[in-house]
Amino acid sequence: MEVYLPIAGMSVNAVAILGMGGVVGFLSGMFGVGGGFLMTPLLMFIGVPPAVTVGTQANQLIAASISGVLGHWRRNNVDVKMGLVLLAGGALGSVVGIAVFERLQDLGQIDLTISLLYVLLLGVVGVSMLVESVAAMLRRRRPVSRAKLHRHTWLHGLPFKTRFPRSRLYISALLPFAIGVFGGILVSVMGIGGGFLLVPAMIYLLGMPTALVAGTSLFQIVFTTAAVTVMQATVNHTVDVMLALLLLLGGVVGAQFGSRLGGRLRGETARALLALLVVAVAVAVAIQLVETPEYPYSLAVEAPR
Amino acid sequence: MIDMAGRRGRALVLLAALVSGIGGLSVLRVSATSAQALVADLSSHLIAISTGFVGTEVVLFGATDGPGEVAVVVLGPKSQVTVRRKERVAGIWMNRHRVTFDQVPSYYAVATSRSLESLAPPAVLARHEIGIGHLPLVPAAADGVDEVLAAPFRAALIREKQREGLYGVGDGQVVFLGQRLFRTTISFPAEVATGAYSVGVFLIRDGDVVSAQTTPLIVNKIGISAGISEVAQRQPLLYGLAAVAAAAAIGWLAGALMGRL
Repeated sequence: MEVYLPIAGMSVNAVAILGMGGVVGFLSGMFGVGGGFLMTPLLMFIGVPPAVTVGTQANQLIAASISGVLGHWRRNNVDVKMGLVLLAGGALGSVVGIAVFERLQDLGQIDLTISLLYVLLLGVVGVSMLVESVAAMLRRRRPVSRAKLHRHTWLHGLPFKTRFPRSRLYISALLPFAIGVFGGILVSVMGIGGGFLLVPAMIYLLGMPTALVAGTSLFQIVFTTAAVTVMQATVNHTVDVMLALLLLLGGVVGAQFGSRLGGRLRGETARALLALLVVAVAVAVAIQLVETPEYPYSLAVEAPR
Repeated sequence: MIDMAGRRGRALVLLAALVSGIGGLSVLRVSATSAQALVADLSSHLIAISTGFVGTEVVLFGATDGPGEVAVVVLGPKSQVTVRRKERVAGIWMNRHRVTFDQVPSYYAVATSRSLESLAPPAVLARHEIGIGHLPLVPAAADGVDEVLAAPFRAALIREKQREGLYGVGDGQVVFLGQRLFRTTISFPAEVATGAYSVGVFLIRDGDVVSAQTTPLIVNKIGISAGISEVAQRQPLLYGLAAVAAAAAIGWLAGALMGRL
């Protein structure tokens, strides 16, 4: 069944899109990640223009992160104050990201930028996750030796020190703000929620309790993706609700099955599998960058406005 | 801008309907050497892009007042197109050079009753933009690109458009049914741009165009897809907020259901 996507201006197979949403939803349910890092390259691969991909992804991610944050909210695993500081940064990051996106698109370098960011970020995160989880699997019994809780670095000398009672932290508000800015840029330039980067940053840079990290980052992602959706819709006209709806429906169903299977996986095993997936995406994107392109020329039609 | 384009589109549809209603044929003369030397019309003057749109075909049919060859040229709305070429930089393929072309038709198709070369001399074909090689694809003046550089980019522009099915590959066939009746089929892919198209029909005798007629063809979105793109263009803020609300509602519903299970 073919469905015409009004904003992308192309016709796609509805079953294929639902299936893609389902598979990515399944994986994200299984591993507890947003899945944007898989969906953006997939959509670009089937020919959806990068601008529409990224704009629509922001819209689509709202649903996944809301259903995720609800669960954490019920278990009281959201540090709202921290989330709000992250969110303030996210708002600034989105504005910057959208301006950067527009500029890069004018220069014809948006595809390249997205691909390079993918290879860099996914490569680094995927490999370190893989190393960490394999190490954990090899010496499962050995107690986890974490660094001492109060390691003072220059990061703690920053101004605007604020108390975050829920996380039991007394740190500069600039730190979560900066992480938020980074997250906002990721949503608006790459079309991903960025949980896989925010979560480690919040654990290792802020020292937040692990239990609160997932819920708080999702809380931030909900509002950042919502803000980016509105901005992409008003500034670039690149949000295709038809495409978002198809992806969502597939994703919601897939996530149900994924989360059930994920519950049976060991923590390290799940992390190792996710790491392999992340590395695989990074490698696939990298190959596309260095491989001699079949069609070296590309067209950009001036949008009739 | 958008408003005006919309109104103009509707006006053209109206005009087309009016003309075909009165005469049975919508004949907008551009030049004619003899009265009614050539009449032609389309099976439809409106291509409606609905939610299930996968492309369509339009039949053009007509009659001449005697022997002669017929060429049909379909031109889509024109806009500026930038062609970029990927080049290898430090092992990575990236867009390096670009050439911007002015007045590029979004769609181009040609159909003839005989092979293009035997139809008329190149100068005549060029004057009427008959044949893809005769499309005046000129680099934007501001760029100051010379012809040597522009040529491969022009070829690539045509090649890419053909790959998308938006420019005809080769020439279509105008089929004569007997001496004077002719018909041809024009096909449009799903990616066809919206706007006002023009279908030019030329009657050629002894290597010269003796009669010509231009018929409008409108490509428009209808139904849900029209509603979506109209709101997205005219009320972008409302559209964005609605998109957020819809995704939030679905996500909340899914989350609430999962909580129950």
